[in-house]
Amino acid sequence: MRVPYKWLKQYVDIDLPPEELAEKLTMAGLAVENIESLAPDFQGVVAGRIKTIAPHPNAEHLVICRVDAGRELQLVTGAPNVYAGQTVAVALEGARLPAGKEIRRATFRGVASEGMLCSAQELGLDVSLISPADREGIITLPPDAPLGADAAEVLGLNDVVLVLELTPNRADCLSILGVAREVAALTGAPLRLPEIAVREDERRIEDLAAVEIEAPDLCARYVARLVSGVRTGPSPGWLQACLRAAGMRPINNVVDITNFVMLEMGQPLHAFDYDLLQQHRIIVRRAEAGEKIKTLDDVERELDPEMLVIADAARPVAVAGVMGGLETEVTPETTNILIESAHFDGASIRRTSRKLSLRSEASTRFERGVNLEGAAAAADRAAQLMAELAGGSVARGRLDCYVRKRRPVTILLRPERVNYLLGTTLTPAAMKELLERLRLEVSGEGPFQVTVPAYRGDLTREIDLVEEIARLYGYDNIPVTLPGNITAREKQTPAQRWEEAGREAAATAGLAEVVTYSFIGPRVLDQLLLPPGHPWRQAVKIQNPLRDEQSIMRPSLLPGLLEVAGRNASRRVLPVAIYELGRVFIPSGRQLPAEPLRLGGLVMGTTGRGWNWPAVEMDFFYLKGIVENILARLRIKAITWEAATAYPFLHPGRAATIKAGELSLGFLGELHPDVLAAFDLPSRACVFELDWDQAGTLNQRQLGYEPLPRFPAVERDLAVVVGDNLPAAAVEEVIKEAGGHLLKSCTLFDVYQGAPIPEGYKSLAYTLVYQLPDRTLTDAEVNAAQERIQKALEERLGATLRQ
Amino acid sequence: MEMLKTIAAIREAALARVAAATSSEELEAIRIQYLGKKGELTGVLRGMGKLPPEERPRVGQLANQVREELEKALQDAKEGLSRREQAARLRAEAIDVTLPGRPVPRGYRHPLYQTLNEIKAIFMGLGFDVAEGPEVESDYYNFEALNLPKEHPARDMQDSFYITEDVLLRTHTSPVQARVMEARRPQVPIRIIAPGKVYRRDDDATHSPMFFQVEGLLVDKRVTFGELKGTLMAFIKQMFGDQVHVRFRPSYFPFTEPSAEVDMSCVMCGGSGCRVCGHTGWLEILGCGMVHPRVLSMSGYDPEEVSGFAFGLGVDRVAMLKYGVDDLRLFYENDLRFLRQF
Repeated sequence: MRVPYKWLKQYVDIDLPPEELAEKLTMAGLAVENIESLAPDFQGVVAGRIKTIAPHPNAEHLVICRVDAGRELQLVTGAPNVYAGQTVAVALEGARLPAGKEIRRATFRGVASEGMLCSAQELGLDVSLISPADREGIITLPPDAPLGADAAEVLGLNDVVLVLELTPNRADCLSILGVAREVAALTGAPLRLPEIAVREDERRIEDLAAVEIEAPDLCARYVARLVSGVRTGPSPGWLQACLRAAGMRPINNVVDITNFVMLEMGQPLHAFDYDLLQQHRIIVRRAEAGEKIKTLDDVERELDPEMLVIADAARPVAVAGVMGGLETEVTPETTNILIESAHFDGASIRRTSRKLSLRSEASTRFERGVNLEGAAAAADRAAQLMAELAGGSVARGRLDCYVRKRRPVTILLRPERVNYLLGTTLTPAAMKELLERLRLEVSGEGPFQVTVPAYRGDLTREIDLVEEIARLYGYDNIPVTLPGNITAREKQTPAQRWEEAGREAAATAGLAEVVTYSFIGPRVLDQLLLPPGHPWRQAVKIQNPLRDEQSIMRPSLLPGLLEVAGRNASRRVLPVAIYELGRVFIPSGRQLPAEPLRLGGLVMGTTGRGWNWPAVEMDFFYLKGIVENILARLRIKAITWEAATAYPFLHPGRAATIKAGELSLGFLGELHPDVLAAFDLPSRACVFELDWDQAGTLNQRQLGYEPLPRFPAVERDLAVVVGDNLPAAAVEEVIKEAGGHLLKSCTLFDVYQGAPIPEGYKSLAYTLVYQLPDRTLTDAEVNAAQERIQKALEERLGATLRQ
Repeated sequence: MEMLKTIAAIREAALARVAAATSSEELEAIRIQYLGKKGELTGVLRGMGKLPPEERPRVGQLANQVREELEKALQDAKEGLSRREQAARLRAEAIDVTLPGRPVPRGYRHPLYQTLNEIKAIFMGLGFDVAEGPEVESDYYNFEALNLPKEHPARDMQDSFYITEDVLLRTHTSPVQARVMEARRPQVPIRIIAPGKVYRRDDDATHSPMFFQVEGLLVDKRVTFGELKGTLMAFIKQMFGDQVHVRFRPSYFPFTEPSAEVDMSCVMCGGSGCRVCGHTGWLEILGCGMVHPRVLSMSGYDPEEVSGFAFGLGVDRVAMLKYGVDDLRLFYENDLRFLRQF
């Protein structure tokens, strides 16, 4: 809401500089976003009137104007929109215009010009607030501008505007008068309401027009006034200045008056051309299916039965509370005006304006709530101004269909409740005084009966009055205390601690944490080579995404990790070693999807080579080491790794399912070359993803410890030759089983293929450590165990001892 | 006596050679030459039998004396040599200590989670527990239970991503308020913070379609606005330092009343006005208020019996101020050169 300072001062005396008033308003909940100075960047420009226009003897596109600007001047201009009688802005000799331009006496093709006729652009004015007709040429000043007067004064530019960022509850402050009431409450200055007096003629409006409300649920009240014989034309300067300062473009006196009254009193108005209303009837009804209307912005709009329209006997003539229709618009030919001042249901207006993607000053006000009791006064105010400023004659009376009357609002206020909630010790008298400053009627001694004026539709409950008292008393004056009753509690649930432990473990294992958006593009699913029907394709979809690449909820962390890797690679930031821990979204068949936590990671590139160490490729086993590290750190034991082909986005020969018993925890693998290409990744990359909720169920709490060994260990090496397709894990399993309790550990230290190992075989070499906690092992026992292992490997896996 | 002279000569010669020796091999050769089984001194001792018996004690004594002397000289020389050899080896092993160390891979925590952890720690210290809720939320919990019925104009303050007509990406962490109250009613106290991701249809340098919020809720008997002020001032001072000023400005949220925006003096300029604070000297840091009685009663509490306060804090905003980051998008781009600075 833009509040011009001078306009505001018409209703309340203010002896504070704008900055101080702004501070007061801000601290009372009407946040002043900006104090905007309208002061122009020009000097020496005055109002003048063109008396005659003569062609230039030597130039076809120039004319010579005789202009009365307090004294008569000769001015040469090339502007296409000049006419005799036009009020213009004249930059006199010596005038300064924006960007340091100075006006000097000049001669154009032999004809002297004693200054310049100015355009809006040349004066540095906001062109959107200037009539379209003036945008191609010079600016037309209001007809009542005193000749020779400073153009800045004529345009109302010696003013500042308070730009308020209003909260949606303060609909009453969407009017200058509403803000003035607030200022009066804050400063104690008296409020001056505009004097509304309508001179009426003999005709009775009931004989000339009719109003009918067919949808009383959506329209509680409709007031109409009839003004005849108006002369449409430009508004006087003060009115134009008010509108422009408030951010609205002056159009003509009739439309300007409806806008002025809306800005002044907060009641949206509409002016119909009475003669174009069929049967001079107004019917407030729901639109019929398929009904169409061309609105004032020259757009044809299709209506539906949920929308409220204003119709005449034949057709809709306005989308109620949103925008008027083009066919009954006030034009220069209009002489008879029907003024509408109505009250429409906010929710309905909001739905309609959203459906039509059409917001207006009127719809904004109706959505937030307009004063039901103010409709008649606003209609009168507009009629009064149309009579005064446009020469109209007002028919006697108004049509006032008031089908749902406002019930007076009286609220019980308990002073002790106020102090209880605020932590204050205000006296009832002090509370009463604060409420009365807001023009609320307070009766009783406490509890109080508080009667709320109709324009404060936001005050309906005791708590609303508590807030008003707090606001006026000043939040900063409320004493500060700390809550007591702090009890020692768990603070974080095991699940929350588990999540944080995962983040810490992954970072400790050498990965950088990333945070990516929870939404991805459906194209990513194709880039991951997912076949039709893949579960990830059943993703949760957003109905109204900002863009297609953010239109489905991620079923996996993989897309985000790939995107981050791609972005870093494109900026030549390598290597990449990252993780993310976050929720993914899986349709559940219930109202809300499942949101399991996942831990995912990606590595790509080589670790940096140094002056005495080699670069290490961050391959499958590098990442596997990281994941093993994370799992070990979090005491998740008995993990197995199985070759897997179920992941279309992974290299089929380099992919593993990570299992705990029968439970699949996730996957790890190298990305498929086609996926690398699709994401523009410059080299091989490996990824993993773990179901972090599942992993949490396997986390074993550390209970006790294993005593340190007191008897010596015996170390033996064992190299076996097996078929090269046999997983090492199978060999290790047999070794451990056959080694029994004597075998303390088994470490694979060499994998070898090639001569002398025959084709199709590989050699695996292990260091086996034998140890018992309670005594020293004998050679014979170790030899026997070693033989048992060999034999088991031979029998179960066809392994031979490497010679 | 011939023999005594011989021994003296052996002693002279041997000690001279020991003194001149430069390696442990040389010393060993000397030892063998004089003290070995066939060594010169050993030979003298072995030849003692040929001496007249009355000479034997003197010769034997001298020979033994010389042997001991020689053995000690050899030992000393050996130790001296090995010390010198070690010293030489250590000299030879000197390295350039300014060469870079071998890197051990390390990871990093994202600045937003670091900030979130700091916020959590402060509120846990103030007695709050951590609660959570779903990111895809029902319209009921996200809006209706918070006193924001359909077509409420305040819904415009939070432009939402919808999944269905009644399901959306939560626009704030406030629905956790309603969920926790519903689950715990009628017990008090409730003291929770609810951190998490939230989503709004905005995308520019100061708005991200996804961002982090921490919601706070305290419900108990006799909770006051003064306690709300005290709690949030304690938080802000712990987070940003004792020197910051805090002000509470009336505002509006449908789920709280009285409601306030909390501003703190600008951490960049100290309140004198700069680009970061839009030359106002103040930074909007969080929104808060007393839990609206309608919210309390919708969640099963009697507003006459209990009261409460709630607040909502933008983690991204706190992180931006804490680290002086001026473009929110940096947090979500995940450029490793950025992430490695935290």
